[in-house]
Amino acid sequence: MKTLNPNVVVRETAQPAVLPPEKTLLDMLYYMQMTRELEFRIERKLYRQGKIVGGVYVGRGQEAIAVGSCIDTLAADVVCPSHRDMGAFLIRGMSVRTILAQYMARKTGATRGRDGNMHMGDMKHNLIAFVSMLGDNVPVAAGIGMSFKMRHEDRVVLCFFGDGATSRGDWHEGINMAAVMKVPVVYICNNNQYAYSTPLERQMAVENVADRAEAYGLPGEIVDGNNVIDVWGAATRAINRARSGQGPTLIECKTFRMTGHSAHDDAGYVPSALFQYWEERDPIARHEKFLIERGLITREGADEVKAGVNREIDAAIQIAENDPFPEPEDCLKDVYYEG
Amino acid sequence: MALTTYVEAIKQGIWEEMESDERVFVLGEDVGIYGGAFKVTAGMLEKFGELRVIDTPISESAIVGAAIGAALMGMRPVAEMQFADFISCAFDQITNFAAKCRYRWGAGVPIVVRGPSGGGVHGGPFHSQNPEMYFVHTPGLKVVCPSTAYDAKGLIKAAIRDPDPVIYFEHKFLYRRIKEELPTEDYIVPIGKAAIRRKGTDISVITYGAMVYTALDAAKELEKEGIELEVLDLRSLLPFDKEAVLDSVKRTNKVILLHEDTEIGGFAGELAAVISEEAFEYLDGPIRRITAPNTPVPYSPPLEEFFLPKVADVMRVARELNAY
Ligand SMILES: Cc1ncc(C[n+]2csc(CCOP(=O)(O)OP(=O)(O)O)c2C)c(N)n1
Repeated sequence: MKTLNPNVVVRETAQPAVLPPEKTLLDMLYYMQMTRELEFRIERKLYRQGKIVGGVYVGRGQEAIAVGSCIDTLAADVVCPSHRDMGAFLIRGMSVRTILAQYMARKTGATRGRDGNMHMGDMKHNLIAFVSMLGDNVPVAAGIGMSFKMRHEDRVVLCFFGDGATSRGDWHEGINMAAVMKVPVVYICNNNQYAYSTPLERQMAVENVADRAEAYGLPGEIVDGNNVIDVWGAATRAINRARSGQGPTLIECKTFRMTGHSAHDDAGYVPSALFQYWEERDPIARHEKFLIERGLITREGADEVKAGVNREIDAAIQIAENDPFPEPEDCLKDVYYEG
Repeated sequence: MALTTYVEAIKQGIWEEMESDERVFVLGEDVGIYGGAFKVTAGMLEKFGELRVIDTPISESAIVGAAIGAALMGMRPVAEMQFADFISCAFDQITNFAAKCRYRWGAGVPIVVRGPSGGGVHGGPFHSQNPEMYFVHTPGLKVVCPSTAYDAKGLIKAAIRDPDPVIYFEHKFLYRRIKEELPTEDYIVPIGKAAIRRKGTDISVITYGAMVYTALDAAKELEKEGIELEVLDLRSLLPFDKEAVLDSVKRTNKVILLHEDTEIGGFAGELAAVISEEAFEYLDGPIRRITAPNTPVPYSPPLEEFFLPKVADVMRVARELNAY
């Protein structure tokens, strides 16, 4: 990974100097595996069975990004996920049943059927629901950070987006404002190299999203987004900066979207060699290998993690599928405060 | 002859204009290699090349702004919003730059901004909106909402040839559900002209977009009860065909204003004002509106079903009006 910008810190995939504690390392595997298996069921089963309608977007191959960066957030911290950050919802405590009910348009879903798929949030978990308009969450995150700063609260906000979203004016306005106000925000880009069918070189004339940081006066850091420990390391540094009043950081996670843009897109425009290249860098397989080599888990133990999340998902699907749909008249409620 | 779908008709219209006028080009997200999220521009990159079929960054404001710049220099850009919902991101360029150039300094901005609008496909609050009224409220713009394949083609051609900015909303529910045989020769549908879709003597239903079919389905049912609806498809909202509206109302003396957009500030309010100002004497009953409720477009099927105006709503209101 190279960068044209001398001010951008590039960390190679070598072991970081500090490792997270063992429990965190094992939790990382659990959450990545849960993300993948849950999204597999959503995209390849429930959607194809017609049990989920509308659009479905998954983050296959990108699981390390939300997991590595959210795993050490505190309950009071705030997360603004984007559309491929299932791990953020899971780590912040949204239940698998609530998520599935959301996708299946049930009353028990996070938005009670008002919205679909990962367009969901919950103040209880300090999870801010994103709107489809890409990049709109970037200035919002700046404002969340601003409120922490005004009230001298020791809290940080993590804000996620893709490479394509960084072309939006709102992204630039939000990043600039966050930098000017030195607010405690960690901006995390999943650079999966495609925005729908549009490859990176059609999206921006700079090589890296992180190159943009310098223009706004905040540090940019590039990490291997398929290495959960690297992501964790970068997020930890940025969170510490934010907590100590040094302002926002832009982290760019290099990764790849191992599916089409959405469930109906076969990604025929992506050269198959790219899929192959990134398949060999699968974040879950890599983390399993790391844990096994360190003696933190056995092969059987890792397989059991996968089997375990699938049992959890089975149970949650059972419940969510029997959950009620909203009453039609619910359409009219909650446009304004109702007490 | 083969039937042409609504979506194919839009494509044909753009394609033919690009063939006959080299100033015409398209730009937008994923319009080139991918051929557009709904395939409206499929095959254009291969046919017309990269200079005229431009895949842009995700920058709606810059897409429209760049279209305006090119138009000021004599080009005829057709800008795609991947979903009409995202037109909000280009609001400023459209309503301030494009809409006010001619009035202020005599410079025309012949751009077309088009995109899929409307619900019925479980798209949720950000992939189902009907944003027409934000633009109908802006003098200097034109706004069209075709309902048939014939009009989809004729209006996109008229929009491209128009000397002023035209916002073209295509209803995504109709894309592949509506098809008909189209003339082989060149034609346009003039902006600002409505079309009577069904002649009737008892009640005028004035509508546009996908709701034209809701009105026609209701008319078919009500016919059995001896109630004859006239269905007037506005096709253009700005400017709209006032004459056709008043003419229909004066003949039937009763009117239902139907749209998928929400109620407050919807086009029905404007129509109601015009009808009561200019045809009050002819009315034999109250002007009735049937619209979506004043909420976002919900995702869950039972909620969305509740949200969208239905055939049953038209039938109920028509029966009530008929009793006057
Ligand atoms: C303002 C806006 N324009 C267009 C879209 C349609 N759209 C949804 S996702 C997407 C691609 C997003 O690419 P990127 O930001 O790189 O995220 P990725 O999907 O690759 O994770 C597009 C164009 C949108 N959601 N918002």
